[in-house]
Amino acid sequence: MTRKSTFLLLMFAVATAAAIFAQDINVWITGSTGKPALAVIDFRGSGSQQLMAAFNSTLFSDLQSSGVFDMKPKSVFPLNNPQRPEDLRPDDNGQGFALSDWAGAPVNASHLVFGYTAAQNGVLVLYGNVDDTRQTNPQSAQLLASRYTGSLDEAGAMKVAHEFANDIIQKFGGSGSLLGSRIYYVSKRAGADEIWAMDWDGGNQKQLTRLQSLSINPAISPDGSRLAFTSYAKGTPRIMMLDTLSGRPLPFYNQEASLNATPNFTPDGKQIYYASTAAGLAQIYIAGIDGQGFRRVSHRDAIEMEPKVNPKNPGLLLFVGGPGHQQIYQMNSDGAGIQMVTNGEGEASNPSWHPDGQHFAFSWTRGYATGNFNVFVMDFGSRQFVQLTHSEGRNENPDWGPDGRHLVFASTRGGKSQIYTMLADGTQVKQLTKDGDNRTPIWGVK
Amino acid sequence: MMTIYSPFRPLRGLTDNNRPSRAALTFTLVLITFASACSKKTPIPPPPPPPPPPAATAPATATPAAPGTPVIAAFTVEPTTIERGQSAVLRWNVTGSNNVVISNGLGTVEASGTRRITPPQTTSYVLTASGTTGDASATATVTVTGPAPPPPPITRPTRTGTLESRVQSDLQDALYDYDSNNIRDDARVALTSDADALKRILADFPNARINVEGHCDERGSAEYNLGLGDRRATSARDFLVQLGVPANRLMTISYGKERPVCTESDDSCWQRNRRAHFSVGQ
Repeated sequence: MTRKSTFLLLMFAVATAAAIFAQDINVWITGSTGKPALAVIDFRGSGSQQLMAAFNSTLFSDLQSSGVFDMKPKSVFPLNNPQRPEDLRPDDNGQGFALSDWAGAPVNASHLVFGYTAAQNGVLVLYGNVDDTRQTNPQSAQLLASRYTGSLDEAGAMKVAHEFANDIIQKFGGSGSLLGSRIYYVSKRAGADEIWAMDWDGGNQKQLTRLQSLSINPAISPDGSRLAFTSYAKGTPRIMMLDTLSGRPLPFYNQEASLNATPNFTPDGKQIYYASTAAGLAQIYIAGIDGQGFRRVSHRDAIEMEPKVNPKNPGLLLFVGGPGHQQIYQMNSDGAGIQMVTNGEGEASNPSWHPDGQHFAFSWTRGYATGNFNVFVMDFGSRQFVQLTHSEGRNENPDWGPDGRHLVFASTRGGKSQIYTMLADGTQVKQLTKDGDNRTPIWGVK
Repeated sequence: MMTIYSPFRPLRGLTDNNRPSRAALTFTLVLITFASACSKKTPIPPPPPPPPPPAATAPATATPAAPGTPVIAAFTVEPTTIERGQSAVLRWNVTGSNNVVISNGLGTVEASGTRRITPPQTTSYVLTASGTTGDASATATVTVTGPAPPPPPITRPTRTGTLESRVQSDLQDALYDYDSNNIRDDARVALTSDADALKRILADFPNARINVEGHCDERGSAEYNLGLGDRRATSARDFLVQLGVPANRLMTISYGKERPVCTESDDSCWQRNRRAHFSVGQ
């Protein structure tokens, strides 16, 4: 066999493996049966036009960015749009009050999302419905019929839209939920590098720390109640712990060391892995949630940072380190079984486990110049990987949303570093921040 | 730092050298004094011939010196240029005056004469002659050149500098290769001179502690660079301690790539950022 044909065979094998794995990603996003085709009517209501515009765009955007659905264009919708289940009738001559009007061409929707809002006693009430267009019996066609309440303003309209969209996504097997989830990140917009938080859609951006030094490496506990990060407030880098809700500091004992950094919570939220130079080189340690009872995990002659515990198997960690240029390694929680997971090409960093514990996202310079990171996802078992960003600036620190379908990451594609979200297949990229320099996002359930 | 002695030794050297040079100046002065004393014995040159009488046919365009109006026949200085500390001789000859005054403290003088002067700087002497019907004046300037002024003291901080200024200017960064904490030859030279400077600074400031900061360029991940920066700071600290800098006065701190000195994405900026740097510790 010639060298060329061997190479081609190898490329084919790699491409096939990548294709199979890419299908995995599609299954996370769309389920195994293909995407439901949604027709979402423009809801009407007693609120102002501006309020209903906010509602309709939020509902559409949530459903579309979930990646779960094939969203049908409104331009092909029939004349009549039902608002209540009572509006439906068996036949409307293609005018829209019959479910079959939505099932056939030109709409070709498998499901119809409809409803309306009303102001009742100063409260905004949303009546939301999802019907299967291929059922003739209105009773059996009904998949979802729920009532949601919010304040009678734009924020209330967006709240009920988010809740309704979330219920629809759950109904179609979307695992986890982004609703109420928050993204924590480092922002320089107020001068010093401080930890900030925002809603998963970029709303409600708030400063959490005011330490006026360097606050970096945020980590959120699995229940979202605690935030750990690396702080230079006392000179050398040390780990600080905050109550997420109140912003108050919680006690954390730092070892005597020139560096204690890159904290990560265990899945039960009761312990912290971190890197410390207490014994010389930066190595992985584990300690209680208050920093007490610390213990060294690994004993290698190489830098080790960014420990990340597997969410399904607390005995398995990924971390980033040497020897040589930075790569991603795996290790058992007793320090045994250390081996390189990435293949040694380029430089790899920032592993983030998918909620399924089988895959992880990370940043890698493979195929690009040193320093030009892109976001990749790797199947831990097979070591197959797919590339999600393609060198528009530096793309780093990917972290999975609680739904397992979205990733948040930082990118310099627009100049300064900003926070973006995208679907796990690299589509639906949305920019969440624009003020100042924003980086190192992590995604918490709240 | 290699030039650490310069604040002290060159200054002391200058002071030492000044003594012999002053002695030499004094000796020169004596010689000049002696020379000018000799010159007094030379006869005064004859006064210049009187102006020709006005042509009888010409109208009196130039008013002849009326009797009683003084005429300054000569007012000179010789030499016109001297070095600072040397002397020159003023020479004047005035007729028709009842009062001759020379400025700069010489006061009223004879109608003709000489005077030895030793001005500290370039000086213009004004001779004013008063007569019964008018005044006349003349100016003679002696230019004083000095030896070139001593060079300004070298601006390296002296023992009186603040801790911050000494740390900032006496200590130089040690530079590293990419993703490496290996002490290169140039870093070895830098750290060797840093060790001397640190010993002096720590001796002058007995309570001071110095941070050895480790920094990285922008290319590796921020998290990994925290570990790499710590390694660089530690390698620099260990090198200094081997050269006798007290370990308990040095603190290591890694800034990873969080505190770059420059932000350009090119080789020279990356090299400047891959460094061990010194700052005043807490």
